[in-house]
Amino acid sequence: MSEPSSSSSPELYPEQYELQGLPAARPFRFRRRAFLQLFGTGLVVLCVTRRAIAQTESGGVRGSATGQSRPANLDAWLQIATDGTITFFTGKTEVGQNIRTSLTQAVAEELPAPIDSIHAVMGDTELTPYDAGTFGSRSTPDMGLQLRRVAATAREALLDLAATLWSVDRGELTVADGKVLHVASQRAIGFGKLTQGRKLVRTISPETTVKLATEWSVAGTSVPKVNGRDYVSGRHRYASDIARPGMLFGRVLRAPAYGATLDSVETSRAEAMPGVRVVRDGDFVGVVAPSSHAAAQAVAALKATWKTHAQISEDQFFHELRGGGTPPENGLVRESDGGLTLKRTYTLAYIAHVPLEPRAAVAEWKDGKLTVWTGSQRPFGIRDSELTKAFGLGPERLRVIVPDTGSGYGGKHTGLAAVEAARLAQAVDQPVKIIWTREEEFTWAYFRPAGVIDIASRVRADGTLATWDFHNYNSGSAGIEPPYAIPDPQTKFHRADSPLPQGSYRSLAAAANHFARESHIDELAGELKIDPLEFRLRNIKNPRLLAVVDSAARAFGWGRAKIAGRGRGLAVGVDKGGHVATFAEVAVEAESGRVSVTRVVQAFDCGAVVNPDHLKLQLEGAVIQGLGGALFEAVHFENGRILNPHMASYRVPRFSDAPSVEIILVDRKDLPSAGAGETGIVTIAPALGNAICDATGLRLRSLPMAPDGLRRPG
Amino acid sequence: MPVVTEIHVNGVRHSLRADGEQPLLNVLRDDLGLTGTKFGCGEGQCGACTVLVDGVPIRSCHTPVGSIGPQQVTTIEGLEKDGQLHPLQQAFLDAGAMQCAYCTSGMIMSGVVLLTKNPHPTDEEIVGFMDGNICRCGVYQRIQNAIKQAAKVMAGGQP
Repeated sequence: MSEPSSSSSPELYPEQYELQGLPAARPFRFRRRAFLQLFGTGLVVLCVTRRAIAQTESGGVRGSATGQSRPANLDAWLQIATDGTITFFTGKTEVGQNIRTSLTQAVAEELPAPIDSIHAVMGDTELTPYDAGTFGSRSTPDMGLQLRRVAATAREALLDLAATLWSVDRGELTVADGKVLHVASQRAIGFGKLTQGRKLVRTISPETTVKLATEWSVAGTSVPKVNGRDYVSGRHRYASDIARPGMLFGRVLRAPAYGATLDSVETSRAEAMPGVRVVRDGDFVGVVAPSSHAAAQAVAALKATWKTHAQISEDQFFHELRGGGTPPENGLVRESDGGLTLKRTYTLAYIAHVPLEPRAAVAEWKDGKLTVWTGSQRPFGIRDSELTKAFGLGPERLRVIVPDTGSGYGGKHTGLAAVEAARLAQAVDQPVKIIWTREEEFTWAYFRPAGVIDIASRVRADGTLATWDFHNYNSGSAGIEPPYAIPDPQTKFHRADSPLPQGSYRSLAAAANHFARESHIDELAGELKIDPLEFRLRNIKNPRLLAVVDSAARAFGWGRAKIAGRGRGLAVGVDKGGHVATFAEVAVEAESGRVSVTRVVQAFDCGAVVNPDHLKLQLEGAVIQGLGGALFEAVHFENGRILNPHMASYRVPRFSDAPSVEIILVDRKDLPSAGAGETGIVTIAPALGNAICDATGLRLRSLPMAPDGLRRPG
Repeated sequence: MPVVTEIHVNGVRHSLRADGEQPLLNVLRDDLGLTGTKFGCGEGQCGACTVLVDGVPIRSCHTPVGSIGPQQVTTIEGLEKDGQLHPLQQAFLDAGAMQCAYCTSGMIMSGVVLLTKNPHPTDEEIVGFMDGNICRCGVYQRIQNAIKQAAKVMAGGQP
């Protein structure tokens, strides 16, 4: 197959960049006149760099405003129509993190206007401003702030308009609930009416100030999911639900292994089926049929032969990831001064995102222009990299629309289904829908990187950390820095050739690095016979981290007597602006080795909380998702083939796996809001590992820890 | 399998021509436009495609439409009556029991059956009954709460 291959080019797989840190700033194209034609009368507030506008209007080179660092080149705009409808536009996408709701709250707060008068247009490359993508927990700190500034600018403009209209002093006016009020004369006018049928445009200035979190009345509260009713009634249309007139259904012929090349394909049986067409373009072979069932039958009727080549299998790859070098010796050395040196190796398997909505796309060509509806976290990335490359078209002839999507967890950064649907639609000159099967989803997307982590540390007799040497092979550098006071800690991320396609996964490598670090810390505490909480307290100087540790410890009842037969563990972390402490309790069945998680308490601080209930929901979900990777999720592979590409063979957490989860929010209204979609996942694996060790004495250093109950040492 | 020419969904009789071997899910989504029922795995493992056939929950992704006959199919779109949500739909909203919500239709359909069979389920009974429905976002605790809330509302005789 041509596109999905393990030899991922950075151009097509930009999430590879993300493994190294933040994505590179991209040039954006802004055509003000064309853009403003999209709007009717009313007030429009733009947040774009002034330089870009000036260049565009003076005939300068478009798209030359490069080199802006985030968030300066993150744009947003807002329109208040004459009828009072407020619409804001952002390139961010909703994948279940409820960013549609929290950004709506930000706008409602600053204007201020009722939540239900505000509508968000998101993730549409034709209507919304350029956005690099929805990842890295950046939507709240970056886009949230930009939209606040946009809305604040709108509010100030509306006050100006009212002052002129009524010939009153601006200082006598107040603004509330979508209206400007002049209390002295008992007058009120709706935002929409103030524009009086004109088309007014404002641009935010750098001086625009926004409300302090302590002044919030809508932001900071638990506003319910803004379009929740559409979901419980089945009305919301995900990408996989989109239908177009004349739409056909496509399927793609898949290779039996990564990197296989097509030798021959026999298509006559498929082509004899009613309404079926076979599309071939090099190694790309697809079918188009009048129903998805017929498409499935047609693709099964293709008889292909492939050239495959030998590839690294699961039993050898940890050695390969370390570059084939000799693994460092593991062991514990007790020193004469009472201190310890500990060297340990940790490993983690590849895991899959398993979004419940598989990759899906509907592609339609009209007058040489392509429109694709697809579930993704990077609509502009798909347009500017994959679709541009596949079809050689500029952005003005490509439109990507991302309906609110059936989750991503970092797994929907690529647009393979979009490209496939577009190729088939182009070949048959009709709209085509592709929904990947679960097997395709498990095989042809990409995985959370596997990794090997070596730690060598020294701790003094008093339980303070003296040296720290940490090497991550392949899994990534996020969250690699220890949150402890250690003199000159050494950390290094080593790139490796991955046998499987790999990319972003919720928190990137932070979950892996926290697993290794917090397991190691716990082992040090155990060897020194210091309580693991006390050990951490001796080494943490960060007051925000101390605060979450303290809150979680008290809620969990760390000081209380243990329940017989159960084990308890904790882990702490700092990542992407979030501070987290997780306490877990497990029960291990003596006979079967089955591990049940009985209770989790997690405290979290990400600055000023925008929506407490949705934040708790994110953290609860992160704990459950993290529990899967901690205990039993693993992708098995051999010679370029995935061995368990089904829900029946790749286990994800179910109701019966879910513990009671208690979330404690430390709301820091004095601090800017950080994102929170990811950091909640980083501490659950080590907390569970430490609890299992407390219950059984077994120190587990490989994820997943209990794929089939605990493996007894043998 | 013979061609299916009619099917009863949400109290409405639909005429169509569909290969009887096709999964019911495809017919609902592609022929009738009832896209509230979701494709999750195609293997009967995740529950996203759950619908009721004469009140019995089935996985529509691997149920041939030819096996339905004159039985009544109920999908998520059929729960709302005269603009009034089913108490479990309302409870999902009240409990904030969704993130991406792709599993929500299947969860609600399964939960409705549970509450019909067992109006006062314990936590263990909820977990046992719902274990075939996957929420990858991990909202299980909230869904459990929503089912318990709906049980209370329904016992109180409210709509």
